[in-house]
Amino acid sequence: MTDVLIAMLITIVSAATPLLFAALGELVVEKSGVLNLGVEGMMVMGAIAGFAATTHSGSLALGVAGAAFIGALMASVFAFLVLVLMANQVASGLALTLFGIGLSALVGSSFVGTPLDGLDPVAIPGLSGLPVIGRLLFNHDVLVYLSLGMVLAVWWFLNRTRAGLILRAVGESHDSAHALGYPVVWIRFAAILFGGAMAGIAGAYLSMAYTPMWSENMSAGRGWIALALVVFATWRPLRVLVGAYLFGGVTIAQLHIQGAGIDVSSQLLSMLPYLATIVVLVIISRDGARVRLNAPASLGRIFHSSGSK
Amino acid sequence: MSTPDKQPLISLSGICRSYPGVLANDNVSLTINKGEIHGLIGENGAGKSTLVKIMYGSVRPDSGRIVFNGDEVSIDNPAFARRLGIAMVFQHFSLFEPMTVLENVALGLAGQSADAALAGRLVETGERYGMPVDADRTVDELSVGERQRIEILRCLLQDPELLIMDEPTSVLTPQESNALFVTLRKIAEEGRSILFISHKLDEVRALCETSTVMRGGKVVAQCDPREESAATLAKLMVGEDLAEVERPPRSASGAPIFEINDLNVPAPYPGASALQSISFAVSPGEIFGVAGVAGNGQAELLAALSGETRSARSSVTVNGESCGHEGPRARRSRGIGFVPEDRLGHGAVPDFALTENAFLTGHITEPLIRSAMIDHARTRTFAEKIRATFDVRAASVETLAGQLSGGNLQKFILGREILLNPRVLVVAHPTWGVDAGAAVLIRSRLVELAQTGAAVVVVSQDLDELLQISHRISVLTSGTLSGSMATADVTAEELGLLMMETDGGQYAHTA
Repeated sequence: MTDVLIAMLITIVSAATPLLFAALGELVVEKSGVLNLGVEGMMVMGAIAGFAATTHSGSLALGVAGAAFIGALMASVFAFLVLVLMANQVASGLALTLFGIGLSALVGSSFVGTPLDGLDPVAIPGLSGLPVIGRLLFNHDVLVYLSLGMVLAVWWFLNRTRAGLILRAVGESHDSAHALGYPVVWIRFAAILFGGAMAGIAGAYLSMAYTPMWSENMSAGRGWIALALVVFATWRPLRVLVGAYLFGGVTIAQLHIQGAGIDVSSQLLSMLPYLATIVVLVIISRDGARVRLNAPASLGRIFHSSGSK
Repeated sequence: MSTPDKQPLISLSGICRSYPGVLANDNVSLTINKGEIHGLIGENGAGKSTLVKIMYGSVRPDSGRIVFNGDEVSIDNPAFARRLGIAMVFQHFSLFEPMTVLENVALGLAGQSADAALAGRLVETGERYGMPVDADRTVDELSVGERQRIEILRCLLQDPELLIMDEPTSVLTPQESNALFVTLRKIAEEGRSILFISHKLDEVRALCETSTVMRGGKVVAQCDPREESAATLAKLMVGEDLAEVERPPRSASGAPIFEINDLNVPAPYPGASALQSISFAVSPGEIFGVAGVAGNGQAELLAALSGETRSARSSVTVNGESCGHEGPRARRSRGIGFVPEDRLGHGAVPDFALTENAFLTGHITEPLIRSAMIDHARTRTFAEKIRATFDVRAASVETLAGQLSGGNLQKFILGREILLNPRVLVVAHPTWGVDAGAAVLIRSRLVELAQTGAAVVVVSQDLDELLQISHRISVLTSGTLSGSMATADVTAEELGLLMMETDGGQYAHTA
């Protein structure tokens, strides 16, 4: 029984990790004042890029790097549209998602059915031997550790470094930041690229670790969940972590309930993770004051450097 | 008068800068000496802002030269200006509300982290100049005066040689302004120069030893403001004698037509003011002034008066009929007109033509609709009438509202509401950011409206304005309204003291 439970808990980690990567990236983008709805598209492109790079090179590291690169490349298209051409962010983001889903299906058609040896768990010496906890916490693949490290890194960057402070300032009021002489467009460009790379890695995790294979549209809406997580987590990295693991947890739990043959409509069960995540995050973010303070005030607004007169 | 031993710090000569269709700076020259407080006065659109932006590097001049400390320089960006030793306090503060004071200060200093050392320097500098601050509070908790202190301290920490202050007193109480002047004199005594931009002539006369007057993009005079009167300065600034608006004697004061009884509104969002038991009554022919520093419940009160925030049925009464529960349209049909604080996006739709904007509130009480369709001919006539009667300078009534200057747009919005013949008119900050000529017109139209028998409520931060046109004044502090005082019996200083009361409760309900 314990073994079953541990196996289940471990799958929760795998289900949560891609959400965590994508949501952390989007959090940084939104904190800089840009709303990129193209997470889903960047993620699915990351999935095929990681899969293809690994298949051709045989190197998992190159696969992850390739996924991050392609994610950032997709993001740079978006950044050019919204920062340089000042296109509408919502429309550009949606276009990026549609573009990514279509392009990945085209590029990936020859990879359907190709097997891949995915990422192996890395046991942490000394700790992984511990009973129960060892297998649960210290025996994951490298991307899981990286995702958890990124939570702390993003939190530290935003709250403790000068660069993070400037990034938040740009997201809060781009006009004020510009008046102080900060390069709003370049800071946002960098944030968008980071968000793209993180979405790319999230995709790579899907095609290289979660289910080591490629299938069309394999991100299956996780990019949208990541977007929602950022908002419901009130732009706070640690809450993104909670939300991602909660979503992962209910996803796996409902699969097991379905597997156990309990007589509940499977459609209802499939709704559960979404429902549970929304309910819990709404409850923890019901304090309006905190939400108001955390929400980047310039989110989604187009920045004209000439400004009003 | 600059004494011969004074060294010039910055000297601009032959500065020209044009924007499409307008020459914002036309061969402007200006010299500021070391340790001098230099006044720069002029109407909106006189070119002050452009000149200052050129000095601060956010706008490049088309031609002209700048000499700073004896060297010719080209100020390409604000970062370079700051390296030279030029610091600027903006009119619309460039602070980030959700961040702490310390973080805001760090953002204004090159390569500075928000650490304990900086906090120490901040507190120490604050004490030295008589501006105590708490480094860990978030800016959204601070009053406007406190925010300005942060801006000034942020500049002082850069150890500037020239401090540019753009309309610094427009949001301050008289007492806060006086405290600011003490600080500014202290800064100037250290040998730093200050460029003080204002259109409040009394302040320039009180503070500055020399001043430059701009009009229409040109420098029209250099003078010692202490040797001029406010009237002569105003004439230089406007180019003509300004008619004074005279408050008419109160016409027959009948029963109140507009009554607010025990109006309570919870704060709409954290940090906003809750309105607590507000009561006042305005009679036909009367102008009632609500003074107070912005952020003390003005926006909440205006929303409650207009119906954007609904309240208890009995809390708002027009002509004896309760309408506290009604929304804006229902209240407009009762003959209440509104001129909101925010002209673009609230008072008018920026991307709509003036005719369309005229229709938006006009159709509620004017016959601008025929068979469920907009009657374009009538709407156009109505808009033309507003333009002609209120001297709205726009190319045509098809001009987009967003293309008008602040003063012209305000004249248009006010004209639209007045021409609808309201029984009650609620006006927010009628002349905020409006040039002196337009301000005179707006104030006299409000007085005329009252003379025709309407009740007028004016919410404003400008005490001089309220003292000039209103019959009675109350002060709004932290969501509480003081008892009303007859304007003839009260001075700006007394009102200023009331405005600074953190707990105005003791003055409430004494009317």
